[in-house]
Amino acid sequence: MIQEAVTFEELKDFIVATFGAEVVVAEKADDLQPYLVLQTERLAEVCLALHDHEQTYFDFLSCITGIDNGPEAGSMEVIYNLYSIPYDHHLMLKVQVPRNNTPDQAIPQVPTLSHIWRTADWHEREVFDMVGIYFKDHPDMRRILCAADWEGHPLRRDYELQEYYHGIKVPFDQHNELNGFKGEPQQLVGQPTPFSDKREKPE
Amino acid sequence: MEAKTGEGGVVITKLDDLLNWARLTSLFPMGFGLACCAIEMMGAYASGYDMDRFGIIPRASPRQSDVMIVAGTVTFKMADRIRRLYEQMPEPRYVISMGSCSNCGGPYWEHGYHVVKGVDRIIPVDVYVPGCPPRPEALIGGFLQLQEIIRKETIRAPRAVQEIMAKRAQQGQPVADADKAPAAIHHS
Repeated sequence: MIQEAVTFEELKDFIVATFGAEVVVAEKADDLQPYLVLQTERLAEVCLALHDHEQTYFDFLSCITGIDNGPEAGSMEVIYNLYSIPYDHHLMLKVQVPRNNTPDQAIPQVPTLSHIWRTADWHEREVFDMVGIYFKDHPDMRRILCAADWEGHPLRRDYELQEYYHGIKVPFDQHNELNGFKGEPQQLVGQPTPFSDKREKPE
Repeated sequence: MEAKTGEGGVVITKLDDLLNWARLTSLFPMGFGLACCAIEMMGAYASGYDMDRFGIIPRASPRQSDVMIVAGTVTFKMADRIRRLYEQMPEPRYVISMGSCSNCGGPYWEHGYHVVKGVDRIIPVDVYVPGCPPRPEALIGGFLQLQEIIRKETIRAPRAVQEIMAKRAQQGQPVADADKAPAAIHHS
């Protein structure tokens, strides 16, 4: 009989017992979705154990979310929602990395999980595309949604639109007032009759 | 024909009228759609609205098409493809911009970083059909408007040539040399 880890506390105890207490940087147990903040560089080995171990068996990665906390906070987060189909339990994990506030600073890096869950492949590419977090050892780290030669990462707090893309102006810039359809002059003649389309009921 | 009209077997018309009639009653749109407007476009093609009765039959290739219906949100990733498809269409070619997104960017006009704010930033548009998405009736109305545009055309002033000449004049190139022999080509 396998003793499965059911509650959040048991899952945390399992991680601490396997990898040591220093791997859990922070936790929030009383949240609607309780989560653990893990050491960024040890994320992959913890996740591999959670995936393979018969007490946990998190065989399904539901979602990866990238969050930009902004230049003032100076940090970015990646959130992993794990689910175990045989045990029907959830776990939310977070890692936090320093943010590059200027383009010449190093891009934030997080280890990839695409060798554990194949679904992480495209999720991590989306996080890279939208907020600009690089996933180390990812087999194919390139943009997934935006055009390959797009500039910047659109879901960053300090994102600014590029002026032109392939000769097409990107911002709206009162385009229609300056270039587009000006509209025909409205010419109202006579008094409008209210309900003119309503006919009398036949006798 | 004789029995029908009671006249001789000859119909006299202007060449312009004949060409325009032939063009405007067999507008072949290119069969492609980009977003939810394409669903309305398909509904307009199908038996309920039956655009076939106007001679509007979707074609599977830009080489065989007369009109391009830009039905949906034009993203910057799609913009290069749309421009190429338009350039692959033979003259005379027309563009119907269907729906708010392709007219002006629609709901993405301010914060949609990935949306081209109007397909007229890429290709020239003849008819704008408003709506989000427009009903099939509105698309049919757009086609009827396009028919009126074609009805007024004349082969003495072909629009495509005029556009090229206007572009050349804008760039400061000579425009009145069309009838002169081309300059000798030097093979080096």
